[in-house]
Parts: sequence; structure tokens; C-alpha cells
Amino acid sequence: MEKETLTVALLSEGDTLTATLSGEIDHHSAATARETLDRALFKHRPRVLCLDLGGVSFMDSSGLGLVLGRAALCEELGAAVRLLRPSLRVRKIFAVAGLDRIENITLQV
Amino acid sequence: MKKKINELKLTLPALSANEGAARAIVGAFCAQLDPTVEELADLKCAVSEAVTNAIVHAYDTPGGPIYISVALFDDRSITVVIRDRGCGIADVAQARQPLFTTGADGERSGMGFSVMETFTDRLLVRSRIGVGTRVTMKKCLS
Repeated sequence: MEKETLTVALLSEGDTLTATLSGEIDHHSAATARETLDRALFKHRPRVLCLDLGGVSFMDSSGLGLVLGRAALCEELGAAVRLLRPSLRVRKIFAVAGLDRIENITLQV
Repeated sequence: MKKKINELKLTLPALSANEGAARAIVGAFCAQLDPTVEELADLKCAVSEAVTNAIVHAYDTPGGPIYISVALFDDRSITVVIRDRGCGIADVAQARQPLFTTGADGERSGMGFSVMETFTDRLLVRSRIGVGTRVTMKKCLS
């Protein structure tokens, strides 16, 4: 069994779904995380999706794809996205893409 | 005239499970130049992008070769070359544009080359259709 380099823990409280991501986000690990998050979004239909990134030790542009893809889905579902506790490294990647300018995404350091 | 002081050559099959290994090995090798945490993280991220591009785009079937070479120089510069023998990129200038992606599922951000450009000091991309792609990145350490 291959070791998971990225884990996703889910907590649904009221109209908020919080996903705590821990580990390394790359193209390989993002695929499983995407499935987990999308399944949870359709199941819980939250008003707010919080992605807690405090435990993310590495992220490349695949992480951007993961966040942007979820933001697009959330927009369809009428939900807002909050990115919690992004590290300086993670914020550096977000800055390359100008993620702070996307309407339904809020960054909470 | 700068002098090469060490060199790493590595071939990995184009499998997504190797993305983490590629950046970890290159990072560990470059650590001997005593880069800052930030410099090392920049380099590992740029390597991850280039290797991921080769894994996602180069080969129709997974597992084709990705050739990675790293050279360390006495002026504290690092050159990383990531090469494949895959399908090649028809229009490199277009591929380097931010947000450009051929990924149809909307999950690729199209920011890979922008990240490589931002996190290294020089990025050179050469590609020929049916021959392959060579990405050369140079990082100068403080």
C-alpha cells in the first residue's frame, strides 16, 4: 500500500464544511484530495468551504488547480471558499496566480 | 570562469508517484551548497513543476523516461535540466503564458511555467514535436 503524502480530514458543522489538509500537495496527491473534497461538497452542500492549509508542507501549482477547481465548483453550488492558515510558501504560490483577486475566495492568515 | 563542482544524473519513469521523489532527491543533492530554506523550497517547487509537466503531457502512456541532471558550480549557481522524449510542445511561447493549459478537466492551473520562472533566475524551454522537451533552470544562491 502506497503511503499517502496528503491527508484530508473533514468536519461539517452547520452550513460550514471544513477540510484540513496535511502533507504535500502535488499533481499526484491532489487527485485523491479532489475526489474527497468534491464528494463531501455534494453530500453536505455547505454555504462555506474552509480549506485549512496550516499543515501543508509543500505545494506547487497543482495546489492552485485544486483550490481553483473547488472554488469553481463552490461557485456553482453557491458556496464561498475560505483558505485558512496558508504558510508563507503557500501564499507565495497563490501570489503567482493572483489568487487574492478571485471573488469567492478569501484568505485568512 | 565558473567551475562545475558536482553533478547528479537521474532517470525516472514518468509516473505521478515520482513527483515527490524527484524534488526530494534534487533538493537533497543541492543542500550541499547550503542554500537558505527559501532558496531550497523555490528550487524544489520549480523541479516539481517541470517533472509534473513531463509526467502529464509528454507521453501518451505512462512510464516514458524523464532525464534529470543537476550541476553545482563554484559560484553557488545550480543548473537543473529536465528532459523527456515525449510528444513535444507545438508552441512554447504560448505554453509559457500564465493560465495556459491543454488540460481539459479544469484541474490544471496553467501556472507551472510561471512558477518555474518566478522561483528560478533563468528558465529556458526547448521543444520539438515528436522529439521531446528540455527545460533548463538556473538558480543562483546567495
